[in-house]
Amino acid sequence: MSLLSFKTASISASVLAATLLLTACGGQSTGTSTDPEAGLSGSVTIDGSSTVAPLSEAAADLFRDVEPGVNVTVATSGTGGGFKAFCAGETDISDASRPIKDEEIAACKTAGIEYTEIVIANDGLSVVVNPENDWAKCLTVEQLKTIWGPDSEGKITNWNQVDPAFPDQELSLFGAGTDSGTFDYFTAAINGEEGAIRTDYSPSEDDNITVQGVSGDKGAMGFFGLSYVEENKDAITAIEVDGGEGCVYPTSETVQDGTYQPLGRALYIYVNNAAYAEKEQLRTFIDYYVENEAKVAEAALFIGLTDEQKTKAQDELATLVG
Amino acid sequence: MTLLTTGLGAHIRSASIRGKVKGGENSARSILFLVILWLSLFVSFGVLLTLIITTLIDGADRLDARLITEFPSSAPERAGLRPAILGSIWVIGVTAVLTIPLGVAAAIHLEEFADRKKWINRVIELNVQNLAAVPSIVYGLLALGFLALLGVQNKNIVIGGALALGLLVLPVIIISTREALRSVPVEIRQGSLALGATPLQTVWRQTLPASVPGIATGAILGLSRALGEAAPLLVLGALVFVSFDPNGLLSGYTTMPIQIFNWTSRPQAELHELASAASILLLGILIAMNGLAIFIRNRYQQRW
Repeated sequence: MSLLSFKTASISASVLAATLLLTACGGQSTGTSTDPEAGLSGSVTIDGSSTVAPLSEAAADLFRDVEPGVNVTVATSGTGGGFKAFCAGETDISDASRPIKDEEIAACKTAGIEYTEIVIANDGLSVVVNPENDWAKCLTVEQLKTIWGPDSEGKITNWNQVDPAFPDQELSLFGAGTDSGTFDYFTAAINGEEGAIRTDYSPSEDDNITVQGVSGDKGAMGFFGLSYVEENKDAITAIEVDGGEGCVYPTSETVQDGTYQPLGRALYIYVNNAAYAEKEQLRTFIDYYVENEAKVAEAALFIGLTDEQKTKAQDELATLVG
Repeated sequence: MTLLTTGLGAHIRSASIRGKVKGGENSARSILFLVILWLSLFVSFGVLLTLIITTLIDGADRLDARLITEFPSSAPERAGLRPAILGSIWVIGVTAVLTIPLGVAAAIHLEEFADRKKWINRVIELNVQNLAAVPSIVYGLLALGFLALLGVQNKNIVIGGALALGLLVLPVIIISTREALRSVPVEIRQGSLALGATPLQTVWRQTLPASVPGIATGAILGLSRALGEAAPLLVLGALVFVSFDPNGLLSGYTTMPIQIFNWTSRPQAELHELASAASILLLGILIAMNGLAIFIRNRYQQRW
């Protein structure tokens, strides 16, 4: 019996030791994080689009080198989910891959939340095909709509239906799933109505799966952010898009100057005005974010702002503290 | 056909299972069954091995100190898991503190004191058994609803995550504790009672200490399952990026599986590499925890 209790005691002791170890680790971390060297402290909470999140993460990452005492958190509830939290006053900044919608404006107004919209980077959607595809170099928006429109469901299944000059090659389609800002944006830009798209394509929230799908099928076509094209140059080829004023290849420059239409877009952050005026750490963070947008955009594989966009953002922020 | 099966049978017998296949078990059907068993073992083990090896190859380059000491970053070369590791420790630690006493107490009640003839106790038993098989995301939804009911605005805090994972771990702990209690011979209880101990003293001084190895094993296995979970935490709106070390029950946090999930959804190949390295680290921790559970079981378990 004494042996038994000895064993029991030693187990209890080791469990206790493990618990103490956990506590010790925790205690240690408390020390490092609440010990800013005479810098700012407090928190900055960001939620919203998973498209924009890499930008905010990159900004927070760079900001840590400047103000290590400020706790920046980024969550990805999606643009809509982000606005829900933002308009309830739960977050300081909302990442958005589209401008705020009317019903979201109303929600913010009801809750008494005033905000400022800032264009923080530019993003291009690219239409991609298999590298072996040697016929589709440039497609018009009309042709893209023929391929992707809701009316084409089950009917347009071959490239030669898009243009008789195209070969007899079966069409297989990959793209963003309905939850992503990319999906909202592509459907609005190409099919004229947000959410309108044929349902017989392979949707995925993970753009890497789209890359795999398109690279594995000669007749495949897909769409996603421009950064994925540059990261996966060997596997897929981006095509030119004719938005009515000639064929334009998606590059940083054509997106930034607005010539790559209609698939070039701006990405936004929304800032809570009251919080911006009150919280010094938020103010410092946003100012840093906008000031270093080029570095941030590069780190997050997006396209930076034009001088004009940057000046506009800085001017608007300046009025908030007045 | 007969020739083939006898040939196969002879072959199988010669391979390490001699003695297990005896007499009537040496029929064509039982040999076929054995072949299927070996095949399924081979397939599942092969898939696991392939997965581990490819992950190891992908992540080997980044399996270094930076992974543990650095904060996450968009610059892959300076990115690490530090807040995620600390976040995991915090959340799992709080989960353990919340669930182990509660789970053990519930199991003791159900096993030692509850009247099994009452329908309510049978319903509770049935529910505990069922809960252990519920998909983890459901616990996330439950915790989300619970926190919303309490009026908690910011749900991605350590205590919130610990609640969700606690719900997940609780049935495992209850069931394993009951198993452990059940394996303590009734003679020990009777002996204790015969010497004049009260039922409570019997549980506290005899039954419970004797079942600690089983409880510890179950708790570690339950917690290691919780450590690998991302879904219930994502439902709570888990943070994908945290630039600081979590430092309390109300602190924001991220955990290793969430960080891995975040990295794999990025376009940069380097971040995928990092995700692989992080997966290996997580796998290592899980193997260590399970190893500890096996060690405790083998070292301390009583054979009555």
